Amino acid sequence: MKDLRWRAALVLAIFVVALVYLLPTLGKELPEWWVKFFPDKKINLGLDLQGGMHLVLEVENDKAVENTVERLAQEIKGELGSAHIRFRLVERQGGDGVRLLLPKEQDWQQVAALMKDKFPLLEVTDRTLVQDQLQVLFRIEESQVRHIKKLAVDQGLETIRNRIDQFGVSEPHIRTQGENRILIQLPGIKDPQRAIDLIGQTALLEFKLVDEQRSVEEALKGRVPAGGKIYYSRKVDPVTGQVRRTPYLLKDRTLLTGEYLTNAEVRLDTQYNRPYVSLSFDDRGGKLFEKITGENVKKRLAIVLDGNVYSAPVIQDRISGGNAVIEGQFTMDEAKDLAVVLRAGSLPAPVQILEERTVGPSLGRDSIRKGLLSMAVGGVLVVVFMVIYYGASGIIADLALILNIILIMAALAGFGATLTLPGIAGIILTIGMAVDANVLIFERVREELRLGKTPRAALDSGYSRATWTIVDANVTTLIAALVLLQFGTGPVKGFAVTLSLGIVASMFTAIFGTRLLFDYLLQKRRMKTLKI
Amino acid sequence: MEFIKPDINIDFVGRRKFAFTLSLILILIGLAALIWRGTSLFGIDFAGGTVVQLRFSSPTNADKIREGLKPIGLDRSAIQHFGGEGENVFLIRTDVSRAKLANLSKEVKDNLERIYGENTVTVERLEMVGPKVGKDLRQKALLAIYYALLLIAIYISWRFEQKLMPAAIMAGALFLGVAGLREVGMSIPMLIVAALVITLVCCWFLKLKYALGAVSALIHDVMITVGAFAITNKEFNLTAVAALLTIIGYSLNDTIIVFDRIRENLRKGRRREFAEVVNDSINQTLSRTILTSGTTLAVVTALFILGGGVIHDFAFALIVGVVVGTYSSIFVASPILIAWEAKFANTRVRATAKR
Repeated sequence: MKDLRWRAALVLAIFVVALVYLLPTLGKELPEWWVKFFPDKKINLGLDLQGGMHLVLEVENDKAVENTVERLAQEIKGELGSAHIRFRLVERQGGDGVRLLLPKEQDWQQVAALMKDKFPLLEVTDRTLVQDQLQVLFRIEESQVRHIKKLAVDQGLETIRNRIDQFGVSEPHIRTQGENRILIQLPGIKDPQRAIDLIGQTALLEFKLVDEQRSVEEALKGRVPAGGKIYYSRKVDPVTGQVRRTPYLLKDRTLLTGEYLTNAEVRLDTQYNRPYVSLSFDDRGGKLFEKITGENVKKRLAIVLDGNVYSAPVIQDRISGGNAVIEGQFTMDEAKDLAVVLRAGSLPAPVQILEERTVGPSLGRDSIRKGLLSMAVGGVLVVVFMVIYYGASGIIADLALILNIILIMAALAGFGATLTLPGIAGIILTIGMAVDANVLIFERVREELRLGKTPRAALDSGYSRATWTIVDANVTTLIAALVLLQFGTGPVKGFAVTLSLGIVASMFTAIFGTRLLFDYLLQKRRMKTLKI
Repeated sequence: MEFIKPDINIDFVGRRKFAFTLSLILILIGLAALIWRGTSLFGIDFAGGTVVQLRFSSPTNADKIREGLKPIGLDRSAIQHFGGEGENVFLIRTDVSRAKLANLSKEVKDNLERIYGENTVTVERLEMVGPKVGKDLRQKALLAIYYALLLIAIYISWRFEQKLMPAAIMAGALFLGVAGLREVGMSIPMLIVAALVITLVCCWFLKLKYALGAVSALIHDVMITVGAFAITNKEFNLTAVAALLTIIGYSLNDTIIVFDRIRENLRKGRRREFAEVVNDSINQTLSRTILTSGTTLAVVTALFILGGGVIHDFAFALIVGVVVGTYSSIFVASPILIAWEAKFANTRVRATAKR
């Protein structure tokens, strides 16, 4: 008797806790006192149900290593120059090496000392005489390469997070995946393409001088002068949508990059009613910019973003104060997005899209509606069938089934798990399979009753004999579900979650819960016959 | 109410020759379809590629859509009607996957609206899987199926036979065998086949007869389900793998309940023909088998009819799996048990039948 009371209290307590977790999802507005003391999390809906975008990007972190080596080569040139050592050539070799050519072999001692002092991360891999010149090959240490690669991914993640924050997406989910991948989930996003453009843009801003001594035409014919490179500007005609490309011959050397930017804002050119982006540099960048403009008055300075020339104005005068502007034929949105990516900083390496899955909000709503409809129809079929087939005992099984569904939902809310469309399918499947436990028990009890046992005895042996079979049968499905939980992603994971929860909950409700009700009816109500 | 009378006694075991033939035919048809489909059985999750789901505001057909996609080189994609009757929803599938920050969704929309008019086309869904991710997902799916099989094989050999040692040997053989074959560079579907063969051979030599029956039934179910996918021209995606694993679980669930009854009846210790015990056990659990399969089939069918296009194939796989899983526990798993007994135990059940 006492035992019965304890079990009833336990089931009731679990029921109440489940309802407490479920209420935020069911109710529209929660009173303030509730939010203070009780959980207020709704069930998370997956991207396939609420619409949104799932992206997996690959950071080409080999490029980050390459950039580092490129920069090191420039620095080596500077150091050798200030130490008055003559060199024929310093250049990047492959992805992670530097090649140095010295005309005089006897300079090596001095160079070696300097390299060891200033560039300890470079190790000498080869030293040979090539036509009376000393050729030395350096390579970045392996550990350093790994460090640069990891840093590129971490910085890329941070930059993308900044951009998304400024773009304004509620509850974005951004994290690294594996060694060089970034996973991005943006729920409820309206313009996926704009988001992709914003996230994927490297946004490397460079200032380079236009080579005005030599002609672009000559360079286009294949005779690109040393220290020069051809860049293009892209102008999209707003009416026809055609892209016009104009070539520029720029000097290869980058005078200034976007790393000194402190701010970027959209302004409106009141004369032409055209937006432009205004840049502010920090102290160091401002001084650099002043020096560059001062030394190159009347020359053209090209503003290059990700290899595209945006504008190449003539420097009228020295510019102090650390401000510059980027003009171009922007729409307002384009200008805003450009300001966002410049403010958030450039990606340390370009990214590629490995996987994209976008679901529109209307399809998501449709899926929820259809999922719930199937669940309702399936549920009613099962519930009605159980009552018809097992009578009053069927009602007990149905109560267990309803408690089961409440428990699954509450656990989803409580654990902060995500409900996806296959997840709803998992609940539907659980509805069909959960009654299995009760069917097993009831069939067993019927057999025992046929053998002439009293209701009590029949229930006892029915439950005890069926219980192990139920556990056995459920464990195999649970193994499959747990394996899926480990290996599945996105929607499939949602299925594994609801299926596992459903199996565990059904074992509790179908064995423990229904037993309680039968015991209550037999003991308290002194029920003499068992309708099963 | 009762569908199945308690004293029912159908001779299931006696019909096993017929059942074996039927199973064999189904499997062979499935295999033929599988070979005929080849790698086109893989959906974009595994093969890589792009799927675009479009909703049109007025009825149209695949040819007209194809015409509209010509300018962007997608006119060779597979275009098919999707979703329910009267819904103007189409699915475009191409093996193109662009790693660039492609404007595919906008390009498709713009090009089609040039034909259909402004604001008549909605991109409801776009899924692009690059070759690298496709390869990863293939790997993941393989590992999932492999681990599920491994764990389940270990569990049932432990539960039914109380033999932990053979289970451990089997686990080791499976693990080493598959790892070795992977080194040799065997393809993924072949690897799964190899893993299954290793499991069966281990069950045979380690005398794990219940595990042998259960695993055979499971292979039977999976093969027929995959065959059904091949015949009905459906694609194999991540959700299909989820459905397969569920079917594996469900099929075993059914088999275990029959086997549990067999062991229980054997423990009663009356000297009877083994085949007779098996047939009795099947009959005793028949009511339960039909009821549970019925309720599960009812909900899965509801999902199939009402659940919408996205979940359609998943529900289809489950329907096939539930039907075949129920059939196999009666007509495949139990007869194999009998065949095994006939070969090794002289058809006589010893009273010492272990729990």
